[in-house]
Amino acid sequence: MASVQKREIAPSVSVTQPARKRQRWIGYLFILPWFVSMIWFDAIPFGMNLYLGMTDYSVGPIEQANWIGLENFERMLDDDLFRQSLANTIYFIVFSVPLTLILAFSIALLLNTRIRFLGLFRTVYYIPSIIPVVAASIIFLWMFNARAGAINQILYAIGIDPIRWLTNPDYTKITLVIISLWGFGAQMIVFLAALQGIPEQLYEAVAIDGGGLRARLRHIVIPLMTPTIFFNLLVGLIASFQVFTTAYIILGPNGGPLQSGLFYMMHTYNNAFRYFEMGYASAMSFVLFLIILAFTLLMIWTSNRWVYYGDE
Amino acid sequence: MNMIENRRIRLLRQTTIYLTLIAGSLVVFFPLVWTISTSLKTPEQVTVREVQLIPDPVAWANYVDIFDLVPVWRFLKNTLVIASASVFGGLVTCSLAGYAFARILFPGQRVLFFILLATMMLPYVVQLIPIFVIFDRLGWVGTFRPLTVPRLLGHNAFYIFLYRQFFRGLPSELFDAARIDGCTEVGLWWRIAMPNSKPVAAAVGIFAFQFAWTDFLSPLIYLGSKQEMWTIALGLNGLKGFEGMGSTLPMMMVMSIFMIVPMLVIFAFGQKYMVQGVTVSGLKG
Repeated sequence: MASVQKREIAPSVSVTQPARKRQRWIGYLFILPWFVSMIWFDAIPFGMNLYLGMTDYSVGPIEQANWIGLENFERMLDDDLFRQSLANTIYFIVFSVPLTLILAFSIALLLNTRIRFLGLFRTVYYIPSIIPVVAASIIFLWMFNARAGAINQILYAIGIDPIRWLTNPDYTKITLVIISLWGFGAQMIVFLAALQGIPEQLYEAVAIDGGGLRARLRHIVIPLMTPTIFFNLLVGLIASFQVFTTAYIILGPNGGPLQSGLFYMMHTYNNAFRYFEMGYASAMSFVLFLIILAFTLLMIWTSNRWVYYGDE
Repeated sequence: MNMIENRRIRLLRQTTIYLTLIAGSLVVFFPLVWTISTSLKTPEQVTVREVQLIPDPVAWANYVDIFDLVPVWRFLKNTLVIASASVFGGLVTCSLAGYAFARILFPGQRVLFFILLATMMLPYVVQLIPIFVIFDRLGWVGTFRPLTVPRLLGHNAFYIFLYRQFFRGLPSELFDAARIDGCTEVGLWWRIAMPNSKPVAAAVGIFAFQFAWTDFLSPLIYLGSKQEMWTIALGLNGLKGFEGMGSTLPMMMVMSIFMIVPMLVIFAFGQKYMVQGVTVSGLKG
C-alpha cells in the first residue's frame, strides 16, 4: 500500500532519474571484469592472429617473430594437406549440415502432432546432445571398430560383410557424418519450440480451404519456420567448419588412413601445437575465419529471398 | 463410409508416427545401451562377432578395477577446480555484467553491448593460437590458469546475454522501491536481482559446469603434457593410448559412463532451465 502511494505521489522521472544519474559510473565497475577479458581474450588475440599470420613465429627456445608478409598464405597454395583438409571439411559439411537439419526438422514435426509421451520422446532424442563429446567419441570409436564393434556385429548378424569404417579411407568421412547425426536433438529442441509457437488459427484456415497435411506444411509450417531453419543452418555451418574433437579422438591427429579424415581445424592444430608453426597456423585460422565470415554474410545476404520475417 | 475411411487413415498415420518415433528412439539409445553392456564385460567377451547385450558373466569388478588403472579421483579433482571457476564466473561476474547492461544506464552502453554480441559471433579459431601465445609468454601453460582466469573474469558473452535478458524482464517496481529506500546499485544487484534470478542462474550454472566437464581442446592444449593435471575428458582420451585392442575397451566404457552420469543427473534436475536457455539462444536469432 505504502509503495503504491509513493509511486503515485512521486513520478518515476523525478525520483529514480537522479539516483540513476548519480550512480551511472558504477555501471563500468560492474562490467569491468568482462571488459578486461574482452580486451585480453578477444580484441588483442583477434589483432594478434593476423599479425602472427604474417610472421614465422614459433614457440620454443627461439622465440622470435620475423615478418614474412604473405608468405604463409602463399605456402597454403602449395600445401597438399591444406587443400585436402579443406576438401575433407567441405565434404563433411555438405552431408552433415543438411542431414542434421532435415532429421531435426522431421522429428520435431512428428513430435508436434499432439502425440502422447511427448516429453519422453523429446528427452530421449535430446539426451545425445548432453553426452560429453569425448565420451561419445570414445563410444563410437569402438562401435565402429571393424572387429569388435557393435555396428559390424549387427551387420554380421544380418549377413553383411564387415565394413572397415575407420580404416578404409573411403568410409572415414561418412562414418564421421553418421556420428555427427547422433546429436541432432539440440536443433530439434529449437525447431520444436518454434513449431509450438505457430498459432492454431493458421492450421484451421488451411483446413477450411480444404488443404491437407501437405498444404499445411508447404504454406504454413515451412514459411513460418524459415527464421529457425536459417538460425540452425548458420549455427550448424559455423560449428562444422571448426569440427575437431570427434575426428581428433576417433581418427587421431593425422586424420586416419591417408589423411582421409583430416579436417581443417586438425591441420591447424597440428601446425600450431605439434609442429609449433604458430605463424603458419595463425594464417590458416585467419583464412578459416574469412571463409566463415564469407558464408555468414552470403547467408544473411540471400536470407531476404527465402526467410520469412513476418509483417509486424 | 467417408468417416470410417478417414478414421482408418488417421489411425494408420498415428501408428506410423509412433512406430517411427519408437524406432528412432531405439537407434538413438543403442550406443548408450551398448556402452553399459560393454562396460560390464571381460576383455575376452568383447572380441566376439556376435552381438551380446547382456554379458555372461557380468563383470561388475570393472567398476572397481578402473580406480587401479586410472587416477580417477585426481582427474575428478582437477576437473572440479576448473568447473568451480567456470560456475563462479558465470554466476557472479557474468551476472554483474548482465545486470549493468540491463538496469544501469551508463555512457557507451549500447556500443559495449554491441561489442558483447559481436564477440559471441567470433569463431573460436581466430583466438585459439594468440591466446595460447599470450599464456605461453606468461608462463601459464601447464597450469590451470588459462582455463580458470578467463572464466573468472566472465569471458562468456552468452551467459551475460542470458542474464541481461532475464534482468530486463524483472518488473521495474521491484528496483524502484529499493532505490527510493537508498539502496546502492551493488545492493540492488545483490538483494533484489540475484535472489530473483534462480531460473537464469540455474541455466548458467548448468551450462558453465557442463562446459568445464566436457571441454576437450583447451585442456588438451594447456594441460596435455602434464598427466597429473589432466581432466576427466583428457583421462578418458588417454585410455586410448593403452594399446592391446579389447583389453581396455570395457574400462574405457566404464570411464565414459563416469563422464556421462553426472551430465544425466544434471539434465534430470535442470532440464527445464537448460531447454529454456537453449531455446532463448535459438529464438533470438
